[in-house]
Amino acid sequence: MATAAIVSPEIMAKYEPVIGLEVHVQLLTETKAFCGCANKFGAPPNTNVCPVCLGLPGALPVLNERAVEFATLASLALHCQVRERSIFARKNYFYPDLPKGYQISQFDKPLAEHGWIDVPTPNGTKRIGITRLHMEEDAGKSIHDGFSDSATRTYVDLNRCGTPLIEIVSEPDIRTPDEAYEYLTRLKEILLYTAVSDCNMEEGSLRCDANVSVRPRGQEKFGTKAEVKNVNSFRFIRAALEYEIERQIDVIEGGGRVVQETRLWNANEGRTYSMRSKEQAHDYRYFPEPDLPPLIVSSIRRAEIAQQMPELPEARRARMVADYGLTEQDAQTLTATRAFADQFEAAAKTAKSPRRVANLIQSELTSRLKAAGLELEQSPISMKGVAQAADLAEEGKLSSKQLKQLFDIAFEKSEDFPVVYEREKPQQITDASEIEKMIDEVIAANPKQVEQYRGGKKTVAAFFVGQVMKASKGQANPGLLNELVVRKLDS
Amino acid sequence: MTVSASAVHTEKSIGQIRSALTSGEAKAGDIVRNTLARIEAEDARIHAFLSVNPDYTLAQAQRIDDLAASGASLPPLAGVPIGIKDVLTLEGFPATAGSKILEGYRPPYTATAVRRLADAGAVFVGKINCDEFAMGSSNENSAYGPVRNPHDLDRVPGGSSGGSAAAVAAGMATATLGTDTGGSIRQPASFCGVVGVLPTYGRVSRYGLIAFASSLDRVGPFAATVRDAAAVLGVIAGHDPLDATSSPLPVPDYAAALDATTGVAGLRLGVPSEYFAEGLDPEVRAAIDSGIEQLRAAGAEIKPISLPHTRYAVPTYYVIATAEASANLARFDGVRYGLRAPESNTLSAMYRKTRDLGFGAEVKRRILLGTYVLSAGYYDAYYRKAQQVRRLLTDDFLAAFREVDAIITPVAPTPAFRLGEKTDDPVSMYLADIYTVTASLAGICGISVPCGKSKTGLPIGMQILGKHFDESTLFRVAQIVEGFQG
Repeated sequence: MATAAIVSPEIMAKYEPVIGLEVHVQLLTETKAFCGCANKFGAPPNTNVCPVCLGLPGALPVLNERAVEFATLASLALHCQVRERSIFARKNYFYPDLPKGYQISQFDKPLAEHGWIDVPTPNGTKRIGITRLHMEEDAGKSIHDGFSDSATRTYVDLNRCGTPLIEIVSEPDIRTPDEAYEYLTRLKEILLYTAVSDCNMEEGSLRCDANVSVRPRGQEKFGTKAEVKNVNSFRFIRAALEYEIERQIDVIEGGGRVVQETRLWNANEGRTYSMRSKEQAHDYRYFPEPDLPPLIVSSIRRAEIAQQMPELPEARRARMVADYGLTEQDAQTLTATRAFADQFEAAAKTAKSPRRVANLIQSELTSRLKAAGLELEQSPISMKGVAQAADLAEEGKLSSKQLKQLFDIAFEKSEDFPVVYEREKPQQITDASEIEKMIDEVIAANPKQVEQYRGGKKTVAAFFVGQVMKASKGQANPGLLNELVVRKLDS
Repeated sequence: MTVSASAVHTEKSIGQIRSALTSGEAKAGDIVRNTLARIEAEDARIHAFLSVNPDYTLAQAQRIDDLAASGASLPPLAGVPIGIKDVLTLEGFPATAGSKILEGYRPPYTATAVRRLADAGAVFVGKINCDEFAMGSSNENSAYGPVRNPHDLDRVPGGSSGGSAAAVAAGMATATLGTDTGGSIRQPASFCGVVGVLPTYGRVSRYGLIAFASSLDRVGPFAATVRDAAAVLGVIAGHDPLDATSSPLPVPDYAAALDATTGVAGLRLGVPSEYFAEGLDPEVRAAIDSGIEQLRAAGAEIKPISLPHTRYAVPTYYVIATAEASANLARFDGVRYGLRAPESNTLSAMYRKTRDLGFGAEVKRRILLGTYVLSAGYYDAYYRKAQQVRRLLTDDFLAAFREVDAIITPVAPTPAFRLGEKTDDPVSMYLADIYTVTASLAGICGISVPCGKSKTGLPIGMQILGKHFDESTLFRVAQIVEGFQG
């Protein structure tokens, strides 16, 4: 990926980046924020619309109670204080995909404030503050290309108009692109656990803008910030921030001044471009939305919503470490999504060794997923399949080499483990005399190692097991093999 | 042009229509055909109607007649000819809001208040002319030409619901719906000599009302009599799940309560000194004073009161109303419906040309004013301050209503003025709202009821203001005042 690539690490080290993130998240309600239209991605253009979300003259918004519930649940999951009385406001600007000419949002009295997320950093856990979480409606989509007359026309799809959103604004507490990446990962994880959103960046149900500035280390005052928009993956956010930090340092080092502006990330070129400067910035003329009364979330209501709070990732990890004897690292992988952790726990409860299930996921599953470019939830091998494989290995019915082969086949053919196992039923040599014969050959060929073993270095047994397993093309029954190797060496 | 008394006419009352239909003495089709004929004959000079659709109207009447023939009981407004101000949507009719920018626009849905009238058996005779987006006090701001006052065709009917008032005064409808943001029902009712009701904010749904200023806009009825106005309000009032600002409070049967009324004996009526100060036309003053004396004679207790923040009401109103309007009118951008200026090469050119071509001068003036008062650096000085003053004005009324049951004032400083008289001076036009904007800002209810005439025969209305959701008291007092008129 291209970067400014001109600033030396020594100079980079003189500056400290300051980063704040604004994340927009679509809520998974059945209907839109202010009308009864279906809240659904992918419908034919302009079909999920009505007078209200089209902003037709005379139509009025009525707040979706469910959206309030979801937004409140997200607020509580992010440790925010939920206001008993928050106010909707109109944010005024003209754009063809904004049918009312204003967006219903919240301004000086948002739904929730003063939250935080703990993120892991190389120097331990760091707490990133959340300034506010407010409710608003999404705009429609302007489609500038893809039509035969796109050179002269823009098409507008208003299906997305009125989709309920929450905007989560972080404090400027983030100091590195990696911290930004971690913050977003944790945030997404928490939101997925609460099930208020599917956080699908490709479909735009999670979107992120970044505010970034740099200042000489030790200086308290913030530098001039740029806002980076149009970044559609967490990896790109990290890349965009890396680029932008270097660009700003380069500007300052070159004797220039960073200008306050909005910059667009271009993923193909791996750089940001200026979109508009502060002078061109909108004056949104916020004022209280007169069509909606103040939003009241009473303490009773808040407590009711808090009742629905699922076990959140951090707590779950701690419990899984305790319950299944997992490492922190294992727990981390296994809790990436709630559905995945649920599946793991269901599998682990029936498996002979939960730890082995976790190990298999870590050692065999994740690397293959990564190589295939798949997310955990897209894995051909289900948690049940992993549990079965773990049990077979635990019982010694499957050598690790065989297991690897079966996993390879499963990925190749996009089949679950039980299917592959049933069909392939890997041959196992369980005939003791056949295995003994192979052991004898290996012992004869390695007198030096035999000497070591008999000299008291018992771990050398593993060497013999490995050699025999190799000779058997992975087909020797591992349990039997272990037993026979030791017996032979000791005899 | 001279005074044309012939333009003034009273249509059958709701009660008369009901008894004619139930006795079989007349059919809804006949009643409505008479009304349509009256519109045909009179409206060329009054210009109250922007669209009529006789097929639609007669089909509605036919359904009432079929219902009557079947022996079923008739809904409360069966066969009553009603006109609808063109800022309210009615599927099947255009909704121009008196603006070029909505020329040809046909709304795909019907306003809640209008639908409730239809459900109650009303027959719609047409959509009615008004000031563009309900902005004006004379009806001269309609893009489709002014409405004339049936009492004197050289004079304005008032605004912005001038067409709704004039239609009732000229017998072109038994009742009409208007809207009132700063006086737009009460002032034309006064100018045209009919009854106009400003219901409490939240009493009648705004769903389907093309918004001017959302925190001030109200839908209310015009009728020739207090009783008819009460009957129409009873039908359109009540909670609407489609309007988050509509009140869930139950709606009393206003008309039935009027039939059982005990007059005004024992009622405490406040007379605020601030409404009888400089600028009040002596003839108007004399008419209101005599009305007050008659109420006293009828047994009401008349108490002088003070509403000390009254003088801040007009500027406060014009800050809040225009701020809200600047956002409400942003949707008219040429993108989705209504007018789009041709030959624009850029998006911003399309916006500018469309809005320049589509909006009239007064609407532009208010959008500019409203945009300004919300701008960065000015918000605190104008919009926030105006909201604070609005609170003080409301507190004035709440304090007064601890002492009195209703408040009596003039509706407007003068009777109907001449066409063109104030068009060059927006501020003098704004001051025509001086007695009406206070109730708008406070959210309380009010009524304008005829209370005498000037020497030249121009109607003069009395304004009665009531507590939040106490329309019943207004009707009770207004019916007594109505009884004093010849």
